[in-house]
Amino acid sequence: MPDQLIFAMEVTANGLLNGVMYALVALGFVLIFKASGIFNYAQGVMALFAAMTLVGIQEGRVPFAHLINAIFGTHVHHFGFDPNAALFWPFAIVSFLAALVIPITALLTKRVSILGFLGLEAITGGLFLFVWLVPAAPAILLTVLIMIAFAYLVQRFVFKHLVGQEPIILFMATIGLAYFLEGVSDLMWGSEIRNLDVGLPQGVNDWIDVTTFEALGYGLFIDNLDIAAAIIAAILVMSLIAYSQYTKNGRAMRAVADDHQAALSVGISLNYVWILVWSLAGIVALVAGVMWGSKSGVQFSLSLIALKALPVLMLGGFTSIPGAIVGGLIIGVGEALFEFAIGPMIGGATENWFAYVLALVFLVFRPQGLFGEKIIERV
Amino acid sequence: MLDNPTESYVTADGRTIGAVVMEMRGITLRFGGVEAIKDISFDVREGEIRAIIGPNGAGKSSMLNVISGFYHPQEGEVFYKGSKRPPMKPFQVARQGIARTFQNIALFEGMSVLDNVMTGRLNYMKTGFFSQAMWWGKAEDEETKNRAKAEEIIDFLEIQAIRKTPVGRLPYGLKKRVELARALAAEPQILLLDEPMAGMNVEEKEDMSRFILDVNDEFGTTIVLIEHDMGVVMDLSDRVVVMDYGKKIGDGTPDEVRNNQEVIDAYLGVSHD
Repeated sequence: MPDQLIFAMEVTANGLLNGVMYALVALGFVLIFKASGIFNYAQGVMALFAAMTLVGIQEGRVPFAHLINAIFGTHVHHFGFDPNAALFWPFAIVSFLAALVIPITALLTKRVSILGFLGLEAITGGLFLFVWLVPAAPAILLTVLIMIAFAYLVQRFVFKHLVGQEPIILFMATIGLAYFLEGVSDLMWGSEIRNLDVGLPQGVNDWIDVTTFEALGYGLFIDNLDIAAAIIAAILVMSLIAYSQYTKNGRAMRAVADDHQAALSVGISLNYVWILVWSLAGIVALVAGVMWGSKSGVQFSLSLIALKALPVLMLGGFTSIPGAIVGGLIIGVGEALFEFAIGPMIGGATENWFAYVLALVFLVFRPQGLFGEKIIERV
Repeated sequence: MLDNPTESYVTADGRTIGAVVMEMRGITLRFGGVEAIKDISFDVREGEIRAIIGPNGAGKSSMLNVISGFYHPQEGEVFYKGSKRPPMKPFQVARQGIARTFQNIALFEGMSVLDNVMTGRLNYMKTGFFSQAMWWGKAEDEETKNRAKAEEIIDFLEIQAIRKTPVGRLPYGLKKRVELARALAAEPQILLLDEPMAGMNVEEKEDMSRFILDVNDEFGTTIVLIEHDMGVVMDLSDRVVVMDYGKKIGDGTPDEVRNNQEVIDAYLGVSHD
């Protein structure tokens, strides 16, 4: 096999895995846009904030330390203990008891069938295993709670008062929100670059390296972190789809995404659904923040990955979850291959702009994106 | 018999109409300086078909929107089941057992007919997050029960053939019927229909009239409907409120209303000074 082809394979594989990361960020946009028509400019900053919070908890930093010190003349910066470790036993005990008590009680009181018992056991047991096996689990769960609180505050203090406004006004509000959240993130955790390690595998995957070396005579270089990110992203997307298809809240979410008036008329609270959607977007932002943060450190530039999601959305369509994924993969592979094949001829660094050019081309031929709803104007 | 709000009576065709279940008292609704509804009062009795009619722009739809919580009147009160209703959001009104359809059809276009009807059942699903999330256990049971109810309504309105079709692809007449199905799936005490027959041909109108009568008969649902086709309304309803320029100009049985001079003027277009 010619060397060029093997290199192209490696580039494609890495491009695909990168694309998964883009898709993850785009997914956060799609969730909010579908349900509320808000283009959430703050999605990238939410990823930064989530990752910063996670690192802060893991390192045992005192939130708002600078502010506290400035006001009270103190010198606090760390708690002096590891909150993640301190939270381990409470979380472990609670989740263990939950796994032991909830499903069995439900079964004994005949609230569920055997199948339901197994389902409940799978969730509570899974939670327990997560806490038990993943060292960063308490910090992650705490960050999830903080993102949910953030979703509530955003809805309560910003978007609740903007119901029925023009999309451009809502968009402006999210720009404001983005810079506000960036400031809060700085104030809360400082602005230094932080190292994030939640125990995800890092470094080259030896098995792929060795296998491909034996088969092709050249070992493909694939990072374990990228593979882990792809697997986690796949699980996240599948659970989101299952959630929106088969649950009461999922159905309510789809209903709100489709028609606000009709949703109200069947008794769905828009406020509740929007808090739910912002919470989900917050969790997706956390996952994206963890992936990117593990790869290149948690720093301000993390919030700029949101800009990479824009061409993904143009390609995939703003309203489609599969679109976000396929769009992410196409951009990931496209920019990697373009840089590999054409980059050297024109001086490289094509990753910076290739995605946007691709998106512009798509805009000309298919303005609604690959999977977006077709725009038909009746006259 | 009609004067006593707590007493029921029997109509000429043998149906029993119950006590007053909902009452509007002195409703006034303004948009800026325009008064869409001026000091209107009327009541709705349990099990009856109550029509609100009037020429275009008379404020009929506004009235329906007040009942369903989409508009909040500046003056007046809504009494529901004997007590004064505080200002409510539309979803809270829906949860009280008041379902509605819209003049310009508000369906979930991207979902199938069945999914649309199932959204009407959302308030009957009470299972907690965890079993919901995995759809097992109680949620499974609940889903089955609610699904059975949805299928019953679908059968009743004769839309089995299009159960799985995305609503966006259906013709207008069928969309209207699906919207009715979704409202019915909520098993409402009061069903509000905003021009259920607008834009339909004669055959479709006959179908829809039959369904409305059947719903009232079979489920005992109280129905408040808006229509400006006089002929249809007179055949269908037990009592009629007539509105013109935001004011109530008539209220009574179809026969009483038909012989009301003010109503005749409004429909024949006698000029207002």
